[in-house]
Amino acid sequence: MSEPFELELTVNGTPRTVRVAPLRRLLDVLREDLALTGTKEGCGEGECGACSVFVDGELVNSCLVAACQVEGCDVRTVEAPDLGNVQAAFLEEGGAQCGICTPGMVLAVQAFVDEWAARGREPDDVELRAALAGNLCRCTGYEKILASARTALRRARP
Amino acid sequence: MAARDNHGTGAPWDDAFRVVGQPLRKVDGLAKATGQALYADDVQLPGMLHAKILRSPHAHARIVSIDASAALALPGVHAVITGADLPIRYGVIPWTPDENALAVDKVRFVGDEVAAVAAVDEDTANAALDAIEVEYEPLHAFLDPREALATPEPQIHADIRGKPVRGNVSKHVELEFGDVEAALAGADLVLEGEYSFHGSTHAPIEPHCAVAQVSADGLLTLWSSTQITHYVHRALAQVLELAPERIRVIQPCLGGAFGGKSDPFALEFCVALLAQRTGRPVKMLWTREEVFYAHRGRHPMQMQYRCGAKSNGRITGVDARILIDGGSYSSFGLVTTYYSGQLLTGPYDFPSYRFDSTRVFTNKPPCGPKRGHGSVQPRFAFEVQFDEVAERLGIDPIEIRRVNFQGDDTQTVNGQRITSNGFLRCLDLVEEASGWKQRRGQLPYGRGLGVAGSMYISGTNYPVYPNDMPQAGIQLKLDRSGVVTVFTGGNDIGQGSNTVVRSIVAEELGVAYDHVRVVAADTDLCPVDLGAYSSRITFMVGNATIDACRKLRHQIVTALAEAWEVDPRRIRLMEGRAFDVEDPDRTVPTREAFQVAEARFDTLGSTGSYNTPQLGGDYRGGTIGASPAYSFTAHVVEVDVDVETGIVRVPAAWCAHDCGRALNPTLVAGQIEGSTYMGLAEALLEEHGVNRFGLHRGPSLLDYRMPTSLDVGDIHAMIVESVDPEGPYGAKEAGEGPLHGSIPALANAIHDAIGVRLRHLPFTPGTVLRALRDQGGKGEGAAVGSTAAATSKREAR
Ligand code: FES
Ligand code: FES
Repeated sequence: MSEPFELELTVNGTPRTVRVAPLRRLLDVLREDLALTGTKEGCGEGECGACSVFVDGELVNSCLVAACQVEGCDVRTVEAPDLGNVQAAFLEEGGAQCGICTPGMVLAVQAFVDEWAARGREPDDVELRAALAGNLCRCTGYEKILASARTALRRARP
Repeated sequence: MAARDNHGTGAPWDDAFRVVGQPLRKVDGLAKATGQALYADDVQLPGMLHAKILRSPHAHARIVSIDASAALALPGVHAVITGADLPIRYGVIPWTPDENALAVDKVRFVGDEVAAVAAVDEDTANAALDAIEVEYEPLHAFLDPREALATPEPQIHADIRGKPVRGNVSKHVELEFGDVEAALAGADLVLEGEYSFHGSTHAPIEPHCAVAQVSADGLLTLWSSTQITHYVHRALAQVLELAPERIRVIQPCLGGAFGGKSDPFALEFCVALLAQRTGRPVKMLWTREEVFYAHRGRHPMQMQYRCGAKSNGRITGVDARILIDGGSYSSFGLVTTYYSGQLLTGPYDFPSYRFDSTRVFTNKPPCGPKRGHGSVQPRFAFEVQFDEVAERLGIDPIEIRRVNFQGDDTQTVNGQRITSNGFLRCLDLVEEASGWKQRRGQLPYGRGLGVAGSMYISGTNYPVYPNDMPQAGIQLKLDRSGVVTVFTGGNDIGQGSNTVVRSIVAEELGVAYDHVRVVAADTDLCPVDLGAYSSRITFMVGNATIDACRKLRHQIVTALAEAWEVDPRRIRLMEGRAFDVEDPDRTVPTREAFQVAEARFDTLGSTGSYNTPQLGGDYRGGTIGASPAYSFTAHVVEVDVDVETGIVRVPAAWCAHDCGRALNPTLVAGQIEGSTYMGLAEALLEEHGVNRFGLHRGPSLLDYRMPTSLDVGDIHAMIVESVDPEGPYGAKEAGEGPLHGSIPALANAIHDAIGVRLRHLPFTPGTVLRALRDQGGKGEGAAVGSTAAATSKREAR
């Protein structure tokens, strides 16, 4: 494996530097090197979305992203300070049961809210479900997660 | 010992509930939403090593030799262990210990554990696994339970606990209640049919994980993603030959279980031994693939049912023969085999009943308890057959379920005591909400509605190992600050049991909800509880919590009454205050009330416990499946079948569940939704199986086809509160019952939609298309079929 390098990136608004192997998973950089364990591992192969994070504003599975791909990037995780609206919605609607999918779901809902808050119409049921379809939940049957997303969107509207 | 105390079903102060029944946020909700909640894989300790397991590539083979010298020689490898290091067999059921943490002499399925390595990191550990040389001598592998039953040799297990195994039979149970043959002979209609249920697995999003640490004084601490801390504690002591007082087991936050984390697992023993050997903390996190091998999921069953009924729809008798594919180890199989028969005797009155269930070993990943343990499969078969009885007799499927209702405060044919029973109300609700009367049989071809009913246990009075101690224990500690800390051995696995405990304490002691701290599932800190299985926690731990609270409440009220010189009956503790009901101006914060009581009595604390009353039929196995209270459920499922592709979609499902009393309606609704989703998912999409070499068909979430939010329809949860006389404030279970009926209701809806009876799961597009082809000519006229005669004709072709 190739030599470790100095990875510089911004995590939740703070510049960070870590010395890691180029192919180390972003998931491990966050969880182990930066002790940000809010990001979860459910499959390690891009199927469950528990490891979702924003990289330069785009929602990605951090288990599929290598450290060398995020050099200079802006990474946001569930520990980011500006997710309160979505997190409050999860809390009120009972959107978390076991909670292992919740960090990823919170970010997926944030992405959904970001996309729809400014639009002039309500997303229909399929549009809402499609927005969360990259994140698996085994506990809820999705009902209360969908409710959390609707509540978060309603509150994000001007 | 405080045997079962009946605390009454109402609010503690003969007044309205203050906390119970409110949709309060979960005790750990904020931590989960912000990513602060700590799960087993979040435990990181200084100097921690990472462990990996080598697994068998053969479905059935003798191990000739293992050479780990090359692995041990690799830089960064700290230890390698094999079956020889952990020779003691264990099993969650003490009568059937047939597992080794690592295989001894033989492997029994592809994925069976053979050796474990601890190394500086996972990559090094994986490289070490590749360097271990294992020589196998393959044996004939049984992949079909019929073959395993008919062929005594080679045996998958020769003996268990010193007793020889008969062929490959894991367990056989045959029980008859009443004279079934006479009852069937006296019926106006007897239906006979074959049904089958495929395998499915839990697939919690959190893979199994365990971390072990040995302190300088030899104390072993294990953090594990288990749903039964107490059994892991026992099993570790037994297998490691370590005194139990030198072991502490902690369940951190748990990322889903559904029964799949009930057994002690190889990783727990391996990290413990590796930590002992290396003197360093050791973590093992299973990959998603390994979780599929660990399995312990739903048993495939082949079921033959006969059901006799009078022309008015009354059942006369039911007869079942069930072949259960157990996979390679016993796990909870003894209980599964009983449950496959014992839990069918409600919500309908069976005048006579017989079942003959045989669990056999096969060379596949071991089956075990998945949500609705043992009773989901027979429920499917029976409810589909029962629907056909209704159809043949020309009775509305909901009506025939009403006609056979067993009632409350009664006894089942197999000797189970039924207390509260809200099943009729459940039927009313789903009938109404689904628009059943107007829509069933009236929807266009391809769309339909189906119904099913079910019941489930709220815990069982059969503890896994017999003893006279409480099944649930609670300790309370009051602090002068006004905080109450409650210690429970119960495992919160996401269902919210810690929230339930917190609510009960807040209700009973009148403290603010946020002033109750819950310490759970730590064997050093908490009294023993038997853990999260059989839907027992709300009922048993809830009752134990009330018990502990009432004792403390008595002290607080007594002390205040003395201080205020009033009759203690005038004192109330509510909403963070203590006050005199006849002089409400006389009031103090609960904190001060605690201080008065502490001064009067002593440092404040109490214990509470729960044990079931003597229950169950007076016959061998009569206590298995005997529960202090049963939950009841009705489902209506709506389907939309695409007859060109065979794809079945469920736009909506309605589930009404009698949980006795909803201590937290948000949590109950969440259980109803999650259960219904899980049942529909396994019926339509998921399959846990192996190919003809015994290789898992697809050990990934994608291949397993776990549904996304787009694959699921609207699930309408409805709560029925029958207020059970023995549950905590009347509560019963909610976590497993609401799965059962979803699958037969789906099958019955498909029949309503396209006129074919599907008796074999899963309902894949191929199954549906084949059934349509076998049905012959299809078309709108033939398929709507609202009368029995029309449908019978169609099926006769
Ligand atoms: S852990 Fe990354 S998608 Fe599952
Ligand atoms: S809450 Fe458990 S997986 Fe979503």
